[in-house]
Amino acid sequence: MFPAPFEYLAVRSVEEAIDALARHGYDAKVIAGGQSLLPMMKLRVAAPSVLVDLNRVEGLSGWQEDAQGLRIGATTRHAALERARPLAERYPLILATAPWIADPLVRNRGTMAGSLAHADPAADWGAAFLALRGQVEVQGPQGTRSIGADDFFVDIFTTSLAADEIITAVRLPRPVGHPEATYLKLERKVGDFAVVGVALNLEVDPEGRVAQAGIGLAAVGPKPLRAPQAEAALIGQRLSFNLAREVAALAAEAADPTSDQRGSAAFKRDMVRVFVQRGLESLRQRIEGRQPASA
Amino acid sequence: MALEVTEARPLGKPIKRKEDARLVRGQGRYLDDIALPGMLYLALVRSPYAHARIKRIDTSRAKALPGVHLVLTGEDLAAKNLAWMPTLAGDKQMVLAVGKVLFQYQEVAAVVAESRALAEDAANLVEVEYEPLPVVVDPFYALEPEAPILREDRDPPSNRIFHWEVGDREATEEALRRSAVVVKERIRMPRVHPAPLEPCGCIADYQRATGKLTWYVTSQAPHAHRTVLSLVSGLPEHKIHVISPDVGGGFGNKVPVFPGYVCAIVASIGLGRPVKWVETRTENLTSTNFARDYHMEVEIGATEDGRVTALKVFTIADHGAFDAAADPTRFPAGLFSIVTGSYDFPTAFAEVDGVYTNKAPGGVAYRCSFRVTEASFLIERAMNSLALRLNLDPAELRLRNFIPPEKFPYRSPLGWTYDSGDYAATLKRAMEIIDYPALRREQAERRARGELMGIGVSTFTEIVGAGPSHTFDILGIKMFDSCEIRVHPTGKVIARLGTRHQGQGHETTFAQVIAEELGLTTDDVIVEEGDTDTAPYGLGTYASRSTPTAGAAAAVAARRVRDKARKIAAHLLEVAEEDVDWDGQRFHPVGAPARSVGMAEVALAAYTNLPPGMEPGLEASVYYDPPNLTFPNGAYICVVDIDRGTGQVHVRRFVAVDDCGTVINPMVVEGQIHGGLTEGFAIAFLQEIAFDDTGNCLAPNFMEYLVPTAVETPRWETDRTVTPSPHHPIGAKGVGESPNVGSPAAFANAVIDALAPLGVTHLDIPLYPWKVWEVLRQHGITE
Repeated sequence: MFPAPFEYLAVRSVEEAIDALARHGYDAKVIAGGQSLLPMMKLRVAAPSVLVDLNRVEGLSGWQEDAQGLRIGATTRHAALERARPLAERYPLILATAPWIADPLVRNRGTMAGSLAHADPAADWGAAFLALRGQVEVQGPQGTRSIGADDFFVDIFTTSLAADEIITAVRLPRPVGHPEATYLKLERKVGDFAVVGVALNLEVDPEGRVAQAGIGLAAVGPKPLRAPQAEAALIGQRLSFNLAREVAALAAEAADPTSDQRGSAAFKRDMVRVFVQRGLESLRQRIEGRQPASA
Repeated sequence: MALEVTEARPLGKPIKRKEDARLVRGQGRYLDDIALPGMLYLALVRSPYAHARIKRIDTSRAKALPGVHLVLTGEDLAAKNLAWMPTLAGDKQMVLAVGKVLFQYQEVAAVVAESRALAEDAANLVEVEYEPLPVVVDPFYALEPEAPILREDRDPPSNRIFHWEVGDREATEEALRRSAVVVKERIRMPRVHPAPLEPCGCIADYQRATGKLTWYVTSQAPHAHRTVLSLVSGLPEHKIHVISPDVGGGFGNKVPVFPGYVCAIVASIGLGRPVKWVETRTENLTSTNFARDYHMEVEIGATEDGRVTALKVFTIADHGAFDAAADPTRFPAGLFSIVTGSYDFPTAFAEVDGVYTNKAPGGVAYRCSFRVTEASFLIERAMNSLALRLNLDPAELRLRNFIPPEKFPYRSPLGWTYDSGDYAATLKRAMEIIDYPALRREQAERRARGELMGIGVSTFTEIVGAGPSHTFDILGIKMFDSCEIRVHPTGKVIARLGTRHQGQGHETTFAQVIAEELGLTTDDVIVEEGDTDTAPYGLGTYASRSTPTAGAAAAVAARRVRDKARKIAAHLLEVAEEDVDWDGQRFHPVGAPARSVGMAEVALAAYTNLPPGMEPGLEASVYYDPPNLTFPNGAYICVVDIDRGTGQVHVRRFVAVDDCGTVINPMVVEGQIHGGLTEGFAIAFLQEIAFDDTGNCLAPNFMEYLVPTAVETPRWETDRTVTPSPHHPIGAKGVGESPNVGSPAAFANAVIDALAPLGVTHLDIPLYPWKVWEVLRQHGITE
């Protein structure tokens, strides 16, 4: 359980990191929390010859809110987001999702940007990122660009990042209405990867109608998936039991699972249905609890 | 509440575990904590194929790596006649593959280098060319005529390892034909792994100058390992010093001898330097022994009013590529013939066929006296199916069929003599604690609302303490065990036993037994195990045998010490020996309790002031050959609720009433029960070492082989009844494996009870959510 030999570069700036990546190409790997990469290296599934460590780069850690939304630096730990109480009002999905990631040890080290870049289809952040219509800020030799969630994930463990690009931050847009969110996960034991994960984010107008809907799905496809038709069915509607049923069925159709040790494709698809329905039902109760009786 | 180790009359009291003071401070000394000067590290090259011919092995790149001292292949070992080694089950196993590999992750080459990392780097440089062969994963297919023969070394060529049967086939079949009701069920107990927290490993330290091999090893049976090693290697036994340091859990995994051990020893002898080998988690799960893997078929007959008439069992046992079980010689299927359980069957018959497949070798007795868990699971599941068929409450069916207390000692139709038990009392206690009638009423109400609630009952009988020398041996060595007690001049005691604990608490419980007999406190007694140069010979710790064998030896040895002490006390008190009374703590003249001497004064006199003609010293050594096995029992009741949306099972309550005879330390017993129930829960709901069609192991790490944490582990409610063993010196029966043996059926029965209204009579464990969901889907009742 020892990794193959590798060179370790503790870079001090993003530019230095990009230089290293440009020099070493696919032989180099960026490390932030290392919670996926290091186990893979110890199993020798991954054997990068150069590790570029971002942890000493100043300015990459922590989150800030501005008028446009929330910016989460690339080396911000899961645990920092799990405990970010000020985000509860506008970004409740962050707080709902973070506690489901692996275990406290992993959450103390792992990062959201690293998880997204790793692009494990079963990762919890992928589903939440899609549901929130997030973007990643990316820096490479040619400068900076941003990539929207829908364009980011390409396939299993594959993103649209170039080999010499680094995610510097994750951006989440400011909600257009009052947000209510939940994350539901079926895991075989605590700390397990999702058998199925469902991220629900609704932004509700003052009349209790859904202005913006995000439904992200984990572990039911080669990459994290969004359920656009299910989302569309929610827009402009007040939540009801029947609407939740209809939306849940649409979300299940968006899933593209495969059968494995964790269950059959049919089972996983049905878990999407059950979780979307349960999740929407819990959000409906929260929304109705906030509405004045007359509304 | 835990009591201090200085408590007087400690037997039966919750004395704090003496070993915990060092273990919880991180001051235990486990195998991998040991580093010897000049030590080298060994890594193994393993096969990626489950069945393949080895065409070529090229070790040149590995040997060329600076810091590499040795690379061994099967051919190198064959030159020393060590390519194969005997297993404890009487089969043989390849140390390093010669000619072909028979399971994925099989040991193919060994690399010894300056550091562990370097050894792993070099192992990756060993090039092996394989020619894949057809793979046999299904043990039923293995017995088909067209299946490839896996073990070319066997004569006659066959994938059948053994056929074993017990009982009266004709009488049983006749009784089944005459039975008003016969229930038949196919029940699989899947392949699981003991997965101790500390994996297996060793350090071989051969000194050329003295010709002595010191072998530090994670061993549950250090004396047996020394003898086996001597027989295999030709090294004289007195020049092999086996030290089993603190062991981080064994559960049967650390009974066998593994190829890595042999390679480390060969390397150390060859290089004249200490060589350490410690397996990784993946190596542990994929190559060092699995457990269970029994495919069972049961027929149970009964009268209309629910009296059992006959039991017939047919089993295919998947042993993998080598029969590396550690069963006693005469028992290739272990003590599976306990399968009639707690019930008074007039007749029974059981047969087991052991089969080779392209899987890792085994199967060890995982927290179980040799296949008792399989037997218990089978009978407890079958009784549930019978209850369903008869439309009888499963608790009631059991109460009608228990062996009654007056029938003990009870001769079972499959040949065992049960020592003692009051099974109805144990079950009734469990039913009372959980308020069984109220649970059944609640279940009826919930069922009416469409909810899925289940109640599972398991009333198992165990068979432990192997074993009497007329029946039990391993490789010819009788399965007695031993204790040597030395009382030093100030009355302090060092006791050494032939067993080797791995977390069971022997340092405390055996000290309690000895202190109780000698009028001392647990603090006065140090218990040492695991060093073959100092401890008396014994067969080790597994199969809940330590208390029935070595524990008995400890009590008998202490009584011998006390017998001599009484003579010395008479001398000190200046009365005749027959006029000396022992009150449990001190000797005094009969009728004169005011004058007395304690063990400390007696001990001093044993070295300073002896009666004329008496040999100095105060010690005793006992080799205890148990007259019979012991038969602990228990009644477990489990309550579950099933999530109709996800198929997840929530264990709401679990009551475990155990009867292990006399209890030495109730806190230690409770700890054993908690641990074993947690394992049983994992076996029922989480764990399986599964394989794909090409023999790839699908659970090679803790991401796929799921070990429960505190989060998912249910809350356990424990209690006990006490029916002492009539033949054990203090009436103790052993308890470690009971919860693992008895609980899987309680969980499974509860889930099946919840689904019974749908017509479900059986589901194979592990009861994953998707399996339960599939049942719900088929019946159209998902959320």
